[in-house]
Amino acid sequence: MAELIDETPRVRSIVLNVPDWPGHRAGQHVDVRLTAEDGYQAQRSYSIASMPEDPRISITVELLPEGEVSAYLVGELRLGDPFELRGPIGGYFVWEARMGGPLLLVAGGSGIAPLMSMLRHRQASGASVGARLVYSSRSWEDIIYRDELERLAAGANGVQVFHTLTRSQPEGWTGYARRVDGAMLSETAWPASSTPMAFVCGPTPFVESVANALVLLGYPATSVKTERFGPTGG
Amino acid sequence: MEGSETRTDGNAIAGVLQEVFVREVTTCRIACASCGTVEPIGAEHAYTQTPGIVLRCRHCEDVLLVVTQPPGRTLLAFPRSRWMEIAAEP
Amino acid sequence: MTMGRISRGFQGKRTDEADASRLPPGQYRVDPDFPVLSAGPTPHTPLDEWTFSIAGEVAEPKTWNWEEFQALPSEEIRTDIHCVTKWSKLDTTWKGVSIDTLLEGVEHDATHVLAFSDGDYTTNVPLEDLVEGKAWVAFAFDGQPLEDEHGGPARLLVPHLYFWKSAKWVRGLQLMDHDEPGFWETYGYHMYGDPWREQRYSGD
Repeated sequence: MAELIDETPRVRSIVLNVPDWPGHRAGQHVDVRLTAEDGYQAQRSYSIASMPEDPRISITVELLPEGEVSAYLVGELRLGDPFELRGPIGGYFVWEARMGGPLLLVAGGSGIAPLMSMLRHRQASGASVGARLVYSSRSWEDIIYRDELERLAAGANGVQVFHTLTRSQPEGWTGYARRVDGAMLSETAWPASSTPMAFVCGPTPFVESVANALVLLGYPATSVKTERFGPTGG
Repeated sequence: MEGSETRTDGNAIAGVLQEVFVREVTTCRIACASCGTVEPIGAEHAYTQTPGIVLRCRHCEDVLLVVTQPPGRTLLAFPRSRWMEIAAEP
Repeated sequence: MTMGRISRGFQGKRTDEADASRLPPGQYRVDPDFPVLSAGPTPHTPLDEWTFSIAGEVAEPKTWNWEEFQALPSEEIRTDIHCVTKWSKLDTTWKGVSIDTLLEGVEHDATHVLAFSDGDYTTNVPLEDLVEGKAWVAFAFDGQPLEDEHGGPARLLVPHLYFWKSAKWVRGLQLMDHDEPGFWETYGYHMYGDPWREQRYSGD
């Protein structure tokens, strides 16, 4: 374990140097397993947020109410503690620059993690495909990677970022302030005629409602790839 | 079709399936025997909050694949799949 | 599961003060949580369409609609429940109609039952494990109507067996003269499922 970064009050990134790491593709995940002294085990999947070009891998964990694994990873884990993981895993929810675009990324909360890997990879590979990110967070303070997203948005080839803050907004906020819906996507998403590739990630109800909305906007179902985290996060 | 909060998708069972098939299979297609649709495993509905894993057709919710892991073995059942295609890896 | 490297400081959310003699082998308490485990989407059968039936090897099948079902004598139950995925809850409270009440006056020579639910879920139980006050069709939990995600409007409740036998969204009992595996039993789980003998998988 190389570094622990507290991204927001509830979210922490864990950066790891994994011996013999085979490399990964943006969008893949790892399965993390924790074992207590009496043999009790718990396992969770976490998307790899770091880009393939980075030799170290990082995963981003959100503290969930009553989450036994996230409570340990966000609150208890220290540098030097043993860490058991399996991966990289996944071939369906991945994006590589050679796959083209334009890219539409829609994230709910910690669902930003695999999409961040894609955006970092897009930047590092110099890909010129257009990219738009619609990112739903509870509040300004809860936006994970907020500063880095501003940097990725800068410049002619930057990603266009649309934040929506669902619970509270800072004073003077002029951006979206509600859950992602069809109207918001019709204003922010690429038109279906540009044959975009869409990746949607977050809690299950969020993903299903966004995926349905995109299909209603004319996106073929096969062009909308989803990764559901279950009821709360992952 | 009405959603279900605890539902995830085939991506969540990639690790378990990789143990069995030795390679990544979430891009492999599976055909539903009930409604005929063909989708990659990663896109289908997965229920992992169970005594085992149940993969259901995302169109008609019929059961495509059940994975249980009694000690020392993995049991795979394909109740309502017509076929599963393992394409050569690129 | 294979043994992993110990994660320093990891405990999980189990409570320590469980009364050890009340927990079957391999179980741990999760109170106050009540995990939701489901093999499929949550059904939402409207009450005006809901029915409960006794069918199969019976002289005359019986069916109740929701109103008729609510008019049957019911009882309060206080019991421990044990899930095959290792969590247990102690002193859970329910309200339901006992299977003895439902089988009153039903002529049959069945030895086993296949309980069937919305969403095509089934589970098998020997008849003698459902009668004489051992099982109910429960419609309330913890003083409230049973929530959909926990099996509402009504679920089977057979607390002395692993909780996968307490079929959620139960719609009836098929009486049989032989044993037949239900859903999980078909895929490797134990035909009987006694938590005290740790009968999780077939062959245990």
